[in-house]
Amino acid sequence: MSATQTTPRPATAMTTPLSRMTALARAELTLLGRTKGALVAALFVPLVMPVSVRSAAEEMDLAGAGLSPGTLVLPAAFGFSLLFAVYSVLVGVFVVRREELVLKRLRTGELRDAEILGGSALPAVLTGLAQCLLLTAGCVALLDLSAPSAPHLIVLGLLLGLVMCAALAAATASFTKTGESAQATPMPLLMVSMIGSGMFLPLELMPDRVASVCELLPLTPVVTLVRGGWTGNLSGYEALGALATAMAWILIGVFAVRRWFRWEPRR
Amino acid sequence: MESNGHEHVIEVTDLRRVYGGGFEAVRGISFTVRRGEIFALLGTNGAGKTSTVELLEGLAEPAGGRVRVLGHDPYTERAAVRPRTGVMLQEGGFPSELTVAETARMWAGCVSGARPPAEVLALVGLETKAGTRVKQLSGGQRRRLDLALALLGDPEVLFLDEPSTGLDAEGRRATWELVSALRDGGTTVLLTTHYLEEAENLADRLAIMHDGRIATTGTPAEVTAAEPSRISFELPDGYFVGDLPPLGGLGVAGHETDGRLVRLRTHELQRTATGLLMWAAQAGVELRRLDMRSASLEEAFLGIAKNASAEQATGMTTKEYAA
Repeated sequence: MSATQTTPRPATAMTTPLSRMTALARAELTLLGRTKGALVAALFVPLVMPVSVRSAAEEMDLAGAGLSPGTLVLPAAFGFSLLFAVYSVLVGVFVVRREELVLKRLRTGELRDAEILGGSALPAVLTGLAQCLLLTAGCVALLDLSAPSAPHLIVLGLLLGLVMCAALAAATASFTKTGESAQATPMPLLMVSMIGSGMFLPLELMPDRVASVCELLPLTPVVTLVRGGWTGNLSGYEALGALATAMAWILIGVFAVRRWFRWEPRR
Repeated sequence: MESNGHEHVIEVTDLRRVYGGGFEAVRGISFTVRRGEIFALLGTNGAGKTSTVELLEGLAEPAGGRVRVLGHDPYTERAAVRPRTGVMLQEGGFPSELTVAETARMWAGCVSGARPPAEVLALVGLETKAGTRVKQLSGGQRRRLDLALALLGDPEVLFLDEPSTGLDAEGRRATWELVSALRDGGTTVLLTTHYLEEAENLADRLAIMHDGRIATTGTPAEVTAAEPSRISFELPDGYFVGDLPPLGGLGVAGHETDGRLVRLRTHELQRTATGLLMWAAQAGVELRRLDMRSASLEEAFLGIAKNASAEQATGMTTKEYAA
């Protein structure tokens, strides 16, 4: 045995938060590619669902609200991607890694807690980002979308959405005991967002009172910012309101994780 | 830190751990581990070994008392301690769909000064399993993978929680050799085990835990020194215990009979054995099923468990009968 023979360490061998998260993210990406259920949810659903939004658009008075099929479908497509490719996938990732004691093992090493969650989330977040870019290209090509009026709002909405979905996924995982229940616990946010966050029915077409409640849902500010960025119909005041709502949900997610996230299964 | 020229790498003082439900798993234990020694926490399942090690690893915050690893609090000063420690948990904790090589590469990316993953896999004899998914490994192979990852960063301090559980005899022997070689290379090792043989073979010093407390501590020789040696034999036909020479005169500390079987406890094995065998030779009888054994860790271990359960049953300490 050559246990005591050690390879000299290069001076640059200290890990950094980035190098640690990259190593973890790389492994998670491999795992994502090997989990068929997650792959279908992550890749297939967000690319198919927008078609059903497109057909729903036929029955709406879009022009009256300053919208077009393109500005209805694209924000909805972003929403599907965030909900299915990022949020639901990550609830499963966090819960399964906890069950496998992977999170506990990672905590014995140099990774900090936030790096463990961030590194594990990175592949799903990048998948969501890539999907949104692809969906944008698709919508521009197929739905006669003109150039966006305020691209920065789209970027801001997308980034907030990605961070929020990762944070809310970890928060949801805090209240999910097993990998099986991870199929069910993301459902409330999925349903509420699809109905109330302007994905199928834009807030512009809702009664005012309903709309003012729906504005406070987690995914609504993301959809609002993306849609507003494209149409240019969003006032600065409205954009700030959406930004504040999104930040509030991110903070709620982070708070819930710090307070309730479990790193190992209950014994 | 320094005492008698030995640096205390691990210092534990009045350590307590209480779980959410109020269960007190660790009830005020203290010990130190010097640099370059193997220290074993020995105990039955539920004695509090893993609960203790998790506090030393910094995975949980103590309910009371103090832990210092390399001079730092492993829970609050995580960043200072982790690059210098290696941890082998009681159960794996690897994604089941990754291969051995992918798992090692991932962990290597999270360890400062990591050795090449292939090198540590070879060290534990897993080099031929590099392309195998973790879920297809046997329990013993998983333990060895866990050990390999704990060694990736050439840690100064190694925590091994039941390193050989699930290994076959050959694998256990190989693990012992590896751990001994690491100690000889200057690594400090704290391990838990419920195998007496493992503690006896491997540990420079050990503590026997029972019910969240340390019942006894010292080198294996010190711990066993207090225990009596044992002689047992079958009384020849027609003989009774009273026919033996006076037992006190042979240095016997206590005896019990079980049918025709006689068991003697003695702190002077040679004197008792000589007296007994001379009597048998003079009487011209054969002592069937004759067995003599020096005190072992097993005696100490069983004695502690027995005393503790008797204490629980009667509320008082039982006494061995004095010579």
